[in-house]
Amino acid sequence: MLTQEQAADIFSRIRKYSTADEVEGLFYGGRSALTRFANNTIHQNVAEENYGVSVRTVFGGRTARATTNRFDDQSLKDVVKASEDLARVQEPDGDLLPVPNASEGARATQAVPSRHFAETAAVTPEQRAEGVGKIVSIAQKHKLTTAGIFSSSESIEAMFNSRGLNNWHTQTSAEISITMLAPDSSGWQKSNSPSVANLNPQVLAEIAAKKAVESATPREIAAGKYTVILEPAAVLDMTGFMFFDFGGLAILDQRSFLNNRIGKNLFGENISIWDDVAHPLQSGPSFDGEGVRRQKIHLVEKGAVKRLVYARASTEKMRKSEYADKVGPVEPTGHGFPIPNEMGEGPMNIVFESPRDPKSVEQMIASTERGILVTRLWYIREVDPYEKILTGMTRDGTFLVENGKVVCGVRNFRFNQSLIEMLSNVEQMSTPVRTSGEESFDMVVPAMKVRDFNFTEVTKF
Amino acid sequence: MKDLASCALDTATQRGATYADVRVVDERGRALATKNAKISNASDSRSQGFNVRVLVDGAWGFASSADLSRASVESTAAQAVAIARASAKVKQKDVQLVSEKAVTAEWSTPHKIDPFSISIEQNLALLQKIDSELRSVKGVTLAETNMNFRREKLWFFSSAGADIHQTKVTTGAGYVAYSFAGSEIQKRSYPNSFGGQWQNKGYELVDELKLVENARRIGEEAVALHGADQCPEGAFDIILESSQLGLQIHESVGHPIELDRVLGMEANFAGTSFLTLDKLRTLKYGSELVNVVADARQEHGPGLGTFAFDDEGVPAQCTPIISNGLFTGYLSSRETAALIGLQRSGGTLRAESWNRLPMIRMTNISILPGEKPLTGEQLISSTDHGILFQTNRSWSIDDKRYNFQFGTEIGWEIKNGKRARMLKNPSYSGITTEFWNSMDAICSRDEWTLWGTPNCGKGQPQQVMGTGHGAAPARFKKVKVGSAYKGN
Repeated sequence: MLTQEQAADIFSRIRKYSTADEVEGLFYGGRSALTRFANNTIHQNVAEENYGVSVRTVFGGRTARATTNRFDDQSLKDVVKASEDLARVQEPDGDLLPVPNASEGARATQAVPSRHFAETAAVTPEQRAEGVGKIVSIAQKHKLTTAGIFSSSESIEAMFNSRGLNNWHTQTSAEISITMLAPDSSGWQKSNSPSVANLNPQVLAEIAAKKAVESATPREIAAGKYTVILEPAAVLDMTGFMFFDFGGLAILDQRSFLNNRIGKNLFGENISIWDDVAHPLQSGPSFDGEGVRRQKIHLVEKGAVKRLVYARASTEKMRKSEYADKVGPVEPTGHGFPIPNEMGEGPMNIVFESPRDPKSVEQMIASTERGILVTRLWYIREVDPYEKILTGMTRDGTFLVENGKVVCGVRNFRFNQSLIEMLSNVEQMSTPVRTSGEESFDMVVPAMKVRDFNFTEVTKF
Repeated sequence: MKDLASCALDTATQRGATYADVRVVDERGRALATKNAKISNASDSRSQGFNVRVLVDGAWGFASSADLSRASVESTAAQAVAIARASAKVKQKDVQLVSEKAVTAEWSTPHKIDPFSISIEQNLALLQKIDSELRSVKGVTLAETNMNFRREKLWFFSSAGADIHQTKVTTGAGYVAYSFAGSEIQKRSYPNSFGGQWQNKGYELVDELKLVENARRIGEEAVALHGADQCPEGAFDIILESSQLGLQIHESVGHPIELDRVLGMEANFAGTSFLTLDKLRTLKYGSELVNVVADARQEHGPGLGTFAFDDEGVPAQCTPIISNGLFTGYLSSRETAALIGLQRSGGTLRAESWNRLPMIRMTNISILPGEKPLTGEQLISSTDHGILFQTNRSWSIDDKRYNFQFGTEIGWEIKNGKRARMLKNPSYSGITTEFWNSMDAICSRDEWTLWGTPNCGKGQPQQVMGTGHGAAPARFKKVKVGSAYKGN
């Protein structure tokens, strides 16, 4: 692994080669491996080691970035020159801020726990194959076919700049995703954690297998509005579509569904959401793309959007804008993306607040007269950016619930559903859990029981 | 490069690999973008590295590194072999590959102007000019422009003796005008969404796109959408302009014909396919007018799926996919071709970069233009009542590729053979084979464009790949329209 000392040496050489007023070096990379299986066979098995540095130079209001994965002197000279060539020819931008100094934004609200686990960094191909072997055994026991992944990685992320900033983060990650396939049905489970010790391939495989078996011979049910029980992965992939609208720049650009809606009761009173990098179930570094410490932010309080997140530059723009007194507190929160960028900032460590009276998925089913249990959603896309209407499909375990019991599997639905309405119609929630899906970054979200969920079509399986 | 590859291949075979290949990649990219006149992206990227792919004990192993030293090459090759041995612990049968002649070859993307030779000042001046045209329209609240260039040098060597060097050049450019008013965000993109038009071409593409000339119209349409009527709900004859038809092909033909999906290899993420093996040469995929090919050859045009050899050394080919409506072919690799008894791979294995495993990817999946002369205007004038859909805004399809729903940025009602009122928030949906069987007209060659889709995601770890889709405007009968807003 690239060490902090090696990165510091590389950055000192970058500074030496640069003629810019200011220089920033964003380091990334690590070692990763992924074992992929399908048809009860490991069919792809890959490993990678790569590190890069992204060099940002600044000349009086002009900035640009160049990236390389080679650290010899000539490559570093080349990357500095590429960045400077791109920066020098620009018209100066009066809004461009100096790079942050070492103390700026250092108001960490709480310590971020270590996310590096030696056991996870040391996972071997044989260990991953052993885990896959257990999953395949469970598939064979149920006369199913399985497909999925078992991955592990060790990574670094670091930010150095010419004003003395020196941020370093290292962490590990492990992930298992399992699909179990029967002739006309399927089931799915996925789990992700900084520590491989938190993953249990057999438990995940048994749940996925149960879903595949129980959803066999799916019935076709007419599309329409249903009460749905969305398992956490389905909640994650839906709600993940709204958080990039919680940045100050999104409001200033008038591309956010929160324009003219901040402070209003947008969702149900039972919805409260935080961004909290230090949460024990969260992941990632404690600093943002400028090197500023991430703060804990209460984004949604009892259904009303109370706070936005800000990069440093967005803060300055917002303070001067017509929205300044309508968007809650305006200050750098440590959520900026690396500069230059188009998006500004976004909250990436989402944690839903635990409900006062959490219900398990089983309790939600037991309380439902007629509804649909959804394991997972797929291919979600935004239909309407302001009403936040999303379309997508159910997948890998969709069930009819009647009189408090799961009755049978059903053919998959297409939905066209406003996210605003969905979060206004939540009747029950589980305790939030760390969740991994396919359409959104990992978050800490609950399962939800939602009334009047809008299914518009049914597919052929 | 050859020494590096020999070292890796020797190490792999000495340690037990029955087959090995090495890919070395050196890529450079440049991305420029503006947002409301300010530079929102100015970046240059370079990445170099290599990978070793091996078959040991009938199973695959793959390892990659950015370190090109001899010690790293040896250890990476050894790592690939060790990984393959672990793979062999969970297998049902040995991997077999169809044969392919090993060749020595060199090829480059034909291009007139090296995009990296154009000054950054000239690039930025063009983007700023477009930006000022867009924002000269009252009501445009956000204008975004972009320009992207990529040069990828690839070397492929195999234990069978292949020695192939290719250089690919890609150019992309486009812009978007947004308008926020009341409770609506509307937008218009040019020449397409997904960053505009992308081709394997030089800077001449930027010159051909008439970017500045169209900017004001695009800005005006974004604003005018606020005053347009909502797209009605019901069954209508619809016309898809060529970029939207390109995406329709991508989602409802290109993905389901990927043989790895069909064989269950992508079941956990991208999904499977309704095109089970029994459907080959038996399924009536579309109407008689539907002819689709997978064509990676240079003569097909400068698509994002154009090359001379794929990433396992198989020459570019043209595979008939749908012939007069009949389903006739899959996208295949050496491994998947062997699994279904084909004599040869279709040559579609590609990887995003040096650190990714090559997998089946769309090449240029194109619908052939109509043989009878038919212009876009004639297509409209022969339509009694229908809706014209332009420029994709949303896209979604199930994991077997049956049920789809697309939304476009703008629609136009067609009445009595004339383009009538503008429609906002248009959408249409359907079932893949029903939809393609409803096609009753397609424009001829003059209206055909080879579009680039730069953002196709597939695989674990996910890889983003560019694909090409040639299409001409076409008409489909009695398609379900407007259900995206039903109930909302």
